[in-house]
Amino acid sequence: MTTLTGAARTGDAAGRPPVANRNVTGRRRNRWFAQVGWRHLVAVLGVLFSLFPIVFVLSAALNPLGTLSTTELVPTGGVSLGNFSGLFERTAFERWFLNSLLIAGVASFASVFLSALAAYAFSRMRFRGRRVGLLSLLLIQMFPQFLAIVAIYLIFGTITDLWPSIGFNTPWGLLLLYMGGALGVNTWLMKGFFDTLPRELDESATMDGASHAQVFFRIMLPLVAPILAVTGLLAFIGTINEFLMANVFLTSSDSKTLAVGMYGLLQGNERNNNFGIFAAGTLLTAIPTVLVFQLLQRYIVSGLTAGAVKG
Amino acid sequence: MSTPLSGPGSATQAPGRGPVGSRPPRSRAARDHAPITLTGLAGKVLLLGLTAGIAVWAAFPLIDGRNWAGLALLAATTAGLFYLYLTRRHIPAKYLVPGTLFLIAFQVFPVLYTASTAFTNFGDGHRGSKDEAVVAIQTSSVTQVPGSAEYALSIATKGDPATGSLVFLVTDPATGTVSAGDTGGLRQLDAADVTVAPGGKVTAADGYTVLNFGQASARSKEITDLVVPTAGGALRSSGLSRAYEGKAVRAYDAGCDCVRDTGTGQTWTADNEVGAFVAADGERLAQGWKVNVGLSNFTRVLTDENISGPFLGTLIWNFAFAIASTGGTFLLGMLIALVLHSPRMRGTNLYRVLLVLPYAMPSFAMLLAWRDMFNADFGLINNMFGLDVDWFGQPWTARMAVILVQLWLGYPYMFLVATGALQAIPRELTEATSVDGASPWQSLRAVTLPLLLVALSPLLISSFAYNFNNFNAIYLTTEGAPFPADNPTNGATDLLITYTYRLAFGGQGAEFGFAAAISLFIFAIVAVVSTVSFRRTRKQEEVYS
Repeated sequence: MTTLTGAARTGDAAGRPPVANRNVTGRRRNRWFAQVGWRHLVAVLGVLFSLFPIVFVLSAALNPLGTLSTTELVPTGGVSLGNFSGLFERTAFERWFLNSLLIAGVASFASVFLSALAAYAFSRMRFRGRRVGLLSLLLIQMFPQFLAIVAIYLIFGTITDLWPSIGFNTPWGLLLLYMGGALGVNTWLMKGFFDTLPRELDESATMDGASHAQVFFRIMLPLVAPILAVTGLLAFIGTINEFLMANVFLTSSDSKTLAVGMYGLLQGNERNNNFGIFAAGTLLTAIPTVLVFQLLQRYIVSGLTAGAVKG
Repeated sequence: MSTPLSGPGSATQAPGRGPVGSRPPRSRAARDHAPITLTGLAGKVLLLGLTAGIAVWAAFPLIDGRNWAGLALLAATTAGLFYLYLTRRHIPAKYLVPGTLFLIAFQVFPVLYTASTAFTNFGDGHRGSKDEAVVAIQTSSVTQVPGSAEYALSIATKGDPATGSLVFLVTDPATGTVSAGDTGGLRQLDAADVTVAPGGKVTAADGYTVLNFGQASARSKEITDLVVPTAGGALRSSGLSRAYEGKAVRAYDAGCDCVRDTGTGQTWTADNEVGAFVAADGERLAQGWKVNVGLSNFTRVLTDENISGPFLGTLIWNFAFAIASTGGTFLLGMLIALVLHSPRMRGTNLYRVLLVLPYAMPSFAMLLAWRDMFNADFGLINNMFGLDVDWFGQPWTARMAVILVQLWLGYPYMFLVATGALQAIPRELTEATSVDGASPWQSLRAVTLPLLLVALSPLLISSFAYNFNNFNAIYLTTEGAPFPADNPTNGATDLLITYTYRLAFGGQGAEFGFAAAISLFIFAIVAVVSTVSFRRTRKQEEVYS
């Protein structure tokens, strides 16, 4: 709304203002443009840049022909929902969706919980090896897990032989793998949050006879819950988008996650023809994340910068 | 995406900056008197029971496989867990151990394993021991000689026809007995369990799924490769319905430590340096074994001309990509955040909702969508601007394209954090500068930007580290293309990580050892860059705070 008037007014200023007080209005509008108008102009350009690929995907999903070659930025050849039904008929999309939700849900929940446990110990307790432990976590975090993909592949080859139910082509094996990276990624972040809580809280609870577990579950966790939720959501989005290890792990169609399955849609000869159903799948995948994301946006901003600004 | 997101906290909490242990530890007396609650006890019993259950479940396959070392490790871990959660001592460990177990099993151990693999020639053709290589050479050299016995053959599987392991069901023409054979050897089957058609072909057998012609021809490559060792040689298929028992032409001779071909008389002598049998003229047999090659994987990167040239190019491009992605997203995100950060600006919430949409979309799918937008024949970019550019066909357009895609994906994140950091800068500071007569530009340069940079530099470092290994950004768009005509393994937009991935899992034979060596290179680079820049930012923060 604001954006449109902004653009229109600047156009006016250059074009045809009333002749009588041309100079006065012109000057006022120039000043308006110098102070606020140009900001709108830049913001609108930013929004256009942000939106056009999404509009393209939307129009591809609604394109009745469903091929890449017939997709335009704005759907001109009519609109249909055929790609959505095609997606469910021709692929195991609902399986992929469920697999992704399961893996990402459990992995993000478990990893947030595991790192909260460790962060509690690092933040509230003093023990031998604490500094070394924190430093080695920082070092390990620098070695991304997927750099060891070759070793992981070989290790899980053995695991598949011994325990097929947590090996390749199962969600559980992939879950275990993702949990391996949990501690390195989140512990520092959470320790920062725990450090901001006043120690008097848990000390008084201890005085009143609470055990360390009660302090953790009853006092600390509820206080940091909103931040835990945001961290968990970000871990969730990260896991949904994880492709490399999932691609090595999951090869049978029923065990695939969204990233692996939809990548397969655009492989080989069907690449052009499948673009419509791929775009439909993209939109369906995006709905939950975009919704939650917009709801939590305020917390995400503060959560991301909490550590950075407070130090 | 998770790595850069976790950046801020992990980054700012640089080593040693946590609250220093100034308080005395809580007295043990208080803890010992803490009551044992019912829920606490129930939870403990439940979790320990679950642990015991998992341990028992995991033990059986280890016992079956006679893997005593693994079993001992399992028992020790379980016993340790029980001790830890039943004793009242070692409280910090109770909180640290769960995550640490996963960390050790799935992160530390793979990293160490990678490091040890980097010193071997492990890969296709060098997988097992020397003895296994000898067996493989002998069985694969089995050929039909005059007088070889012929059998009627049926192809069967255990389980699913498309994926189950293959079994040959053969009928001896002399005795009429049916046997099942796989790589482990030949086993005679009970006559009551099988149905044999006239002509000797088996049509059904208990415990096996006999494949029809279509199913069998779908797996013809595997069938041709299957060799069933027998007493007098080995059994191989000849077509899909006949099998013959042939003789191994090549045999290992322990005396000269070589493999000799009985037909041609040629010999291949074992070379324990490279883990292969080598002929006098330098020809190597395909099946070798795994040996320790010392530092040769590392020196190969520097000395082998086919590798070192492209590798240096990849390294430079990798730095350029990480710097351009991080810097570009930061500049654009900060610019828009600054533009929207004005008390007179209206509608900022609407702008913000729309601007961060790319960040909330599934990035893997959007990367694929961008790939097709750059399609040379019918991509959106060429259509919209009336261009006819083969974006991924030329090195520089491909590089520009991937950086543009990264810019789109990454700048909303930078915009979000820059907005947060801007809001945290006290307004009094900028107001003070304007009272002192500074222009908006001067106050931006002298006050806002330095503060913003201090707040965001740890984040920029982790973003750099993330982009340095941004596998998805390349693999889901260009897949490393375009490739030079003479080198199909190293393309113009390849990052080190995609290059490593292709070495290990690409179509041209896995080179696990070499790939692991490059992984260690990447780790060293990222660790050095991060450490150096973390040290610098800590100095900076001390100046400003």
